[in-house]
Amino acid sequence: MSFMPVILWTDALIFALLAGVLALAWFIRRHDHLRAPWEAVAQRPMAMGAALVLGVFVVIGLLDSLHYRQRLPDSPADKPQYSVEVMSAFDALVGGLRTRQEKTYSAPLAMQLYAMEFVERDGVAVRDYPRLQYGGAHLQHAGDRASDIARRSLAGAAQGALAGLLLFAGLAAWQARRLRLPVGTWLARWRQGGLNWPGRTLVGMLALLLMLGGAMAQLASGYHVLGTDKVGQDVLYISLKSIRTGLVIGTLTTLVTLPLAIGLGIAAGYFRGWVDDAIQYLYTVLNSIPGVLLIAAAVLIVQVYIESNPELFDTAAARADIRLLALCLIMGMTSWTGLARLLRGESLKLRTLDYVEAARAFGVSNARIISRHIFPNVFHLVLIAVVLDFSGLVLAEAVLSYVGVGVDPSMYSWGNMINGARLELAREPAVWWQLGAAFAFMFALVLAANLFADGVRDAFDPRLGGRR
Amino acid sequence: MKPLLRVAGLVTEIGHDADTLRVVDGVSFHVVAGETYALLGESGCGKSMTALSLMRLLPDGGRIVAGAVQLDGQDVLALPERDMRRVRGGGMAMIFQEPMLALNPVVKVGHQIVEALALHQGLSGQAAREAARGLLDSVGVPDALRRLDSYPFELSGGLRQRAMIAMALAGQPRLLIADEPTTALDVTIQAQVLDVLRSLRSEKRMGMLLITHDLGVVAENADRVGVMYAGELLEEGTRDAFFASPQHPYSRMLFAALPHAIPHGLQPMAVRSPAENSGDGARLTTIPGQVPKLDGRMRGCRFAPRCPFAIARCRDESPDWQAIGEQRVRCHLAGALPQRSAPVATPPPHSTQAAQALLQVDGLKVYFPIRRGFIQRTVGHVRAVDDVTLSIQPGRTLALVGESGCGKTTVGKALLRLIEPTAGSVVLAGETVAARNAATLRRQAQMVFQDPFSSLNPRMRVADILLEGMDALGVGAADQRRAAVALLLRQVGLPDDAGGRYPHAFSGGQRQRIAIARALAVSPRLVICDEPTSALDVSVQAQILNLLKDLQDSLGLAYLFITHNLAVVDYLAHEVAVMYLGRIVEQGPAAQVLRAPRHPYAQALVSAVPRIESPAGQRAIRLAGDQPSPLNPPSGCHFHPRCPHASGICRQIYPDQTALGSGHWARCHWVAAQGQAFTEWSVN
Repeated sequence: MSFMPVILWTDALIFALLAGVLALAWFIRRHDHLRAPWEAVAQRPMAMGAALVLGVFVVIGLLDSLHYRQRLPDSPADKPQYSVEVMSAFDALVGGLRTRQEKTYSAPLAMQLYAMEFVERDGVAVRDYPRLQYGGAHLQHAGDRASDIARRSLAGAAQGALAGLLLFAGLAAWQARRLRLPVGTWLARWRQGGLNWPGRTLVGMLALLLMLGGAMAQLASGYHVLGTDKVGQDVLYISLKSIRTGLVIGTLTTLVTLPLAIGLGIAAGYFRGWVDDAIQYLYTVLNSIPGVLLIAAAVLIVQVYIESNPELFDTAAARADIRLLALCLIMGMTSWTGLARLLRGESLKLRTLDYVEAARAFGVSNARIISRHIFPNVFHLVLIAVVLDFSGLVLAEAVLSYVGVGVDPSMYSWGNMINGARLELAREPAVWWQLGAAFAFMFALVLAANLFADGVRDAFDPRLGGRR
Repeated sequence: MKPLLRVAGLVTEIGHDADTLRVVDGVSFHVVAGETYALLGESGCGKSMTALSLMRLLPDGGRIVAGAVQLDGQDVLALPERDMRRVRGGGMAMIFQEPMLALNPVVKVGHQIVEALALHQGLSGQAAREAARGLLDSVGVPDALRRLDSYPFELSGGLRQRAMIAMALAGQPRLLIADEPTTALDVTIQAQVLDVLRSLRSEKRMGMLLITHDLGVVAENADRVGVMYAGELLEEGTRDAFFASPQHPYSRMLFAALPHAIPHGLQPMAVRSPAENSGDGARLTTIPGQVPKLDGRMRGCRFAPRCPFAIARCRDESPDWQAIGEQRVRCHLAGALPQRSAPVATPPPHSTQAAQALLQVDGLKVYFPIRRGFIQRTVGHVRAVDDVTLSIQPGRTLALVGESGCGKTTVGKALLRLIEPTAGSVVLAGETVAARNAATLRRQAQMVFQDPFSSLNPRMRVADILLEGMDALGVGAADQRRAAVALLLRQVGLPDDAGGRYPHAFSGGQRQRIAIARALAVSPRLVICDEPTSALDVSVQAQILNLLKDLQDSLGLAYLFITHNLAVVDYLAHEVAVMYLGRIVEQGPAAQVLRAPRHPYAQALVSAVPRIESPAGQRAIRLAGDQPSPLNPPSGCHFHPRCPHASGICRQIYPDQTALGSGHWARCHWVAAQGQAFTEWSVN
């Protein structure tokens, strides 16, 4: 075998979460009252467009979670040695993007470094901007750059459009067959928005993404699309790698939050009395400690632990990963209070409803009442909270990494990118692309998540007139 | 006479495109100054939408598609919004159903009235305050000056509704629209508020549009009546003509569906024939089916699918108005319908009276502690139920009657130990109920709740709802329970496939059937029914009452029927206990208590019920004030502050039981004194 799979802690949790989500989706499909609101979500063009963008992010994140270590080429066959560098399927897919490293900063799509250096030209040392090792290296003359970029973008976009068209043709043929319609009729329905799902938005969005992706891919093969950073690494690559960090923070933190929030929130509301008192004291105390302090303390403890037990972590990636996990844990421990409070209030209301009284009149046990009567009726609140919290957590990671108590400095994350770009902003002319790239990616992810969350809330929240 | 309000061909729609509902469809009527026009109909028939259309206050997505509304000759629909604001409040004012929702809870009542005065009469400062006080006086709010500075939550329901009326009057409207003004109120308070409305109308010569579902309220208050059904007006006429001979089949069936056996007047027992026994009345007539949805294009008469007289023409052709004397009616068969026949009272099987009581409650007390301060010290008790003694025979029905807040629901819940009783003993089928044998109790007694919408878990299938009790109590073998569910569904008249569906697929009446089936699932011998029909329409109420009665006959169930609706009591109950402020003040056979109540409170309660039969020489007893708080009940007899017969002893000593023969007793010094006088008189 030429590689050894590596399963980091967060990888395992992410795939466990994925399995859980798939199981839940299967469960929901089989229950009408659970499926109905999701069908309402599926009919909102905005939410579905956002879901598509989110889907792209998630796929990149998942690909980036399949880790392995390459076998060293000169290791003996019976006793293989593996590289200390942990790679992912995503790295293998993008190939050159990772390895084409320049000396230092270069602007997006540039063919020269950002800083002047002494270069020898015709035997004379002159101060000039040296050519990049990879970016635009195929060009003979600097004057060809603009036309080359235009050509590549157009070609990429055209390829993307073609791919989109092919996909659409496949979709049309499949749908028409499934619905037993002539393809022309299906197309007419699609154009008029007469399908029961937002076909136009989805197809348009997909074409747009494919064209953007195609242009990016074309350009990236010859240039650094978003420039390079201080050590010459491609910013596009860093930004793409940061997606996984953002997703992990956003999802695994909620995984920690949910059991605490649901368990304690419902228990407080349902049992009242001293249980309620104890839980309320707990979360008021937790809420009154500044979150950043708590997180900083916890991260420091983990750091000390890692350093005193180096034998437990064989690679740098494992060390960074355990710190990421610790960050998720501690953020989860501090952010369950809001949802718990909400669920407590709702349970207080539900416990007085007649159907709970009726169950008590039958002598149904408390655990059963909670699981069959209370929990299913607060589930929509949990779902709304989860999708709304996701974007908040992604942003929180950026802030924490910027402050210096976030993820490991060696880990790719938007927070670290911003942190790295902070000092360079003062340069003249400013190095803006690192910050810009982090901002654009984060903006796209959070906007998509928020739009999707809006759609989910509209469909689930009975107060907004959605179907129950 | 020139009408004050004239509505012609009003059509209102809600929603867009495919979801459009035509909630009001071609309604025409007029109201003359000084008269009350009642719009009568079941929920969802478009009464309130008609009123909101007149005010042009339709909810989002609602629009008036066609028709004309003229107030004093002025076309209301053509007015620009700016002028419309003067018409609202000034030309016509509206009173809403729920006074707590219509008043701003954080603004003092006086301030809210002054605001309306400033807007419509331009008054301000002391003058406005004086005017507000005058308004509160005119709607009979005692101690009006102090009430100006109260917040809405400090007022009782009746006072709040009066404050609401005072606000509506601030603009000196020519037309008052009252949308179910008393539905949220207790019977005695309802009588007070209706009196206020009646006297205001005659004093100020206002026109009044009264929207209600209650035939009794219509009979006592309206001059003319319009019956609405599925967005259309079906019948219209003067009150007397309408009540003497309703012409439309729907109107007739509404009358027939109403349990109304209490004859007016408080007549002595001797007048009644002994065979007529309360609680064993004939079945009520029901209207099959439900009010149709308003979305589809409807052909023909809207009532045709539910109409027993429908002919082929009814299904194709929408009937036009036809005049019959002082009435007009939209029915192809107008005037040709058979005369109304009195319902045939079938002699019911006489239930045998068992010697042993199924349920025996002695000295039941439920106190809720009031805790104050940092360490939550108990500083007092709310005596929700104070020393209640009851007994129910197998197969019989005991009705527990009282106004809201008197503790009747608490009694029901304490019996099932849903609320821990503070003191007292409950003996069920010969066994004293305690915490340890709760499971036995739960198999013997079950409960049906008031609101069929909150009593079924929306996330559970009907079959799971029915199985829950059997699973929890281990009734029958696990594999037989599915079959039991099918049997239960059939018993309560639901289709077999109902088990696989969720509660939202059912109407209110069907949900109540599911709730009844859930209670029956563990085959109890006693069912506690907590206002099971008060959330339902009249026609559906009749179906549920019939079902309860059939189940009693076939399964020998005993009911503890908790209600405020005396008409229902008369239909179903064998015995009645009247509760006031946590105590039973009068108890006895239903016929005696309802027809010859002795306790002044029971008398007031019975006489406050609005009746369809015009009261002939009846002296209506109107109670003043509200029920006091059970936190701090009045000393002596709890009822003395509101009692017309109260004397010195009433303020000091709580009265003992006075037996009135055949199990009928009351707790009242006045009744006791009468009895004594009677005895002395007969001895002399």
